[in-house]
Amino acid sequence: MILRILIKGGRIIDPSSHTDKVSDLLIEEGFIKAIDYNIECNADSVIDASGLWIIPGLVDMHCHLREPGYESKETIYTGTRSAAAGGFTSVACMPNTQPPIDSKLMVEYIRLKAEKEAAVKVYPIGCITKGREGKELATFGMLKEAGAVALSDDGDSVANSRIMRLALQYALSFDMPVIAHCEDKGLAADGIINDGAVATRLGLKGIPAAAEEVIVARDIVLAASAGGRLHIAHVSTAGSVEMIRQAKRLGINVTCETCPHYFSLTDEMAEGYNTAAKVNPPLRSPSDVEAIISGLKDGTIDVIATDHAPHDLSSKGDDIYNAAFGISGFETALSVGITYLVDTGILEPMQFIAKMTHVPADILGINAGQLSIGLPADVAIVDPYAEYTVDTGKFISKGKNSPYDGMRLKGRVLYTIADGRYVLYGGQIAKGDGNDNR
Amino acid sequence: MRQTALHGYDILGLRGMSKNNIDLILHTAAKMKALLQRGKKDMELLSGKSVAIVFYENSTRTRLSFELAAKYLGAHVVSMSEQGSSVAKGESLEDTLDTIAMMAADAIVIRHSHSGAPTVMASKIDVPIINAGDGMNEHPTQALLDMYTMLEYKGRLDGLKVAIIGDIYHSRVARSNIWGLTKMGAQVVVAGPPTLLPKDIEAMGAQVSSDVEYAIKGADVVMGLRMQRERQSAGLVPSLAEYTRYFGINAQRLAMAKGDAILMHPRPANIGVEISADIINGPQSVISRQVTNGVAVRMALLYLILGGGDDIEDID
Repeated sequence: MILRILIKGGRIIDPSSHTDKVSDLLIEEGFIKAIDYNIECNADSVIDASGLWIIPGLVDMHCHLREPGYESKETIYTGTRSAAAGGFTSVACMPNTQPPIDSKLMVEYIRLKAEKEAAVKVYPIGCITKGREGKELATFGMLKEAGAVALSDDGDSVANSRIMRLALQYALSFDMPVIAHCEDKGLAADGIINDGAVATRLGLKGIPAAAEEVIVARDIVLAASAGGRLHIAHVSTAGSVEMIRQAKRLGINVTCETCPHYFSLTDEMAEGYNTAAKVNPPLRSPSDVEAIISGLKDGTIDVIATDHAPHDLSSKGDDIYNAAFGISGFETALSVGITYLVDTGILEPMQFIAKMTHVPADILGINAGQLSIGLPADVAIVDPYAEYTVDTGKFISKGKNSPYDGMRLKGRVLYTIADGRYVLYGGQIAKGDGNDNR
Repeated sequence: MRQTALHGYDILGLRGMSKNNIDLILHTAAKMKALLQRGKKDMELLSGKSVAIVFYENSTRTRLSFELAAKYLGAHVVSMSEQGSSVAKGESLEDTLDTIAMMAADAIVIRHSHSGAPTVMASKIDVPIINAGDGMNEHPTQALLDMYTMLEYKGRLDGLKVAIIGDIYHSRVARSNIWGLTKMGAQVVVAGPPTLLPKDIEAMGAQVSSDVEYAIKGADVVMGLRMQRERQSAGLVPSLAEYTRYFGINAQRLAMAKGDAILMHPRPANIGVEISADIINGPQSVISRQVTNGVAVRMALLYLILGGGDDIEDID
């Protein structure tokens, strides 16, 4: 076991404490021991981080680890290593597994499995309704007791407004955020990509922005009247951003996230019937992307989450009609953000990193996403200037489904340290407990 | 041996086809038609070549038209119709692709219910692919025969006003005609109930209106599209009778077009729904001519893609 890791001379960016300075960071026995200039000590491992960022291990509040039920797409083992490769040390996994995570037993199963096999911390999200059927509330109290950090029927909206209202009310007792996947199935119907000029031009049925927006509006109205902590998942449209902006102005308790693909890509990516660009909600128009960016900039959008949705080849395939929705997102999220938000001057590095660290951690109520003395040492070391070409064939994730394949991105994660152990070392997944790769 | 500018090409749609190539096809179609009118049905322009015609969706006339075109040119034709089989129930494109690749044909004519299926296939295999209609995307040979027919009657495409009326949303015929006609300098106006107009279709270069009469006014060409009965059950129109009353093409509305306007329809028509019985065989209707021209246009395409032996100019 490596007891002491000394990281020398990196740019420490910790949004939770508004720190942005060049300094050393010492990790001892799994915890952050010191952050100071010129730390001198005998360390088991020393990293020269000059020119690199030292940031809190990233926190993803929206991912799909697919286990149990869809192990051909991803497992807790592969998914958390993929997360580590992307700089994440804490991930919250969605409950649309088979069976769904709608009981204490299932939450315990995920936690036990993670304890044995995961490379980073796994926080299960429990279902809003039993079986994700939208009919009866799941046992929020027992889900929380077992370790669930939030509630969501992700993949589906709770179609019945009364049930959604009850969920927001009942979750108050346990102070759990309710994460809403906003999609009116009637409006989305059998749409494949965003409803707009590209869908029309390709002869594909569209998913209108309204399919998302009517449920965003509904859930804001419900949160305003029923209370509760509403968190809106994967915001993709200008209309959603504007409604959330207004809701926040009115003092309604709502937070939201977007994903890297909604601020960097448009529906043009579907050209050539590209199945890698099929995702739900769909990639939208340039004006939606602009609105997402303005929401990130003015703080309307609190969080950048990956919605890591890995698929195997047979469920993605060549046929855009039958292809599953989703993008494998862990391993590109940080670089997409650096490339499209930081390098372009839209966000300061600190603003950007906040949305991927302590802000989602605060929403979930987990002790993560910050660099403070005495806290568990979850750290990522990033070269923000390194450019590379995305090669999905090299993804650690089982899901090679990414529209960024072949694109040039900036910013590479070189080291990921979880609880004081290397899980990524020099860009490679660490073996065993991390000792071997030192 | 002479190779044409289109030799070995995929014909996936008119969106990606140059004006020059459209001109070449229409020009060649005129020659084919002249040969047909002289009774030439045993040409050897494609002797030794084989054409696989693979339809994953219902069709009679398009398939027949392709088969005749290939046979008149002397090609071997194999035909496969898979609607109703496992394919219709969702066989993957990859499986389909494997099947077709095994056939080792010189060209594959394909119809598929999924938009983009021929495009995806063409990116995977070397055999030239001719799209005979893919989902809601394109039906390039129909649009080519439509343009050829317009050219026959009007002597030009440039400057024509073409009104396309009906279910634009689901129509690959409308999309291909918009791409092709706008390239050739025609003005295209599409009209139908707003529930059947796709979003942002203006971006394809067409004008759009929910007022059929406005669209038809002053048109040189009025084209009706098939109104599927399922659109009513899907809630897109409240009743076919109401559709007919407000959006159907009838004598009164046709009279708003130019006096010498022609009436077109890709067939099969729902007579009395999108087009009234009194005009479908009336003096302005060129619908039967479209069918005849379809064979000539498809002969032209097959010849241009596969030819290389005898030259069309050498046939006496």
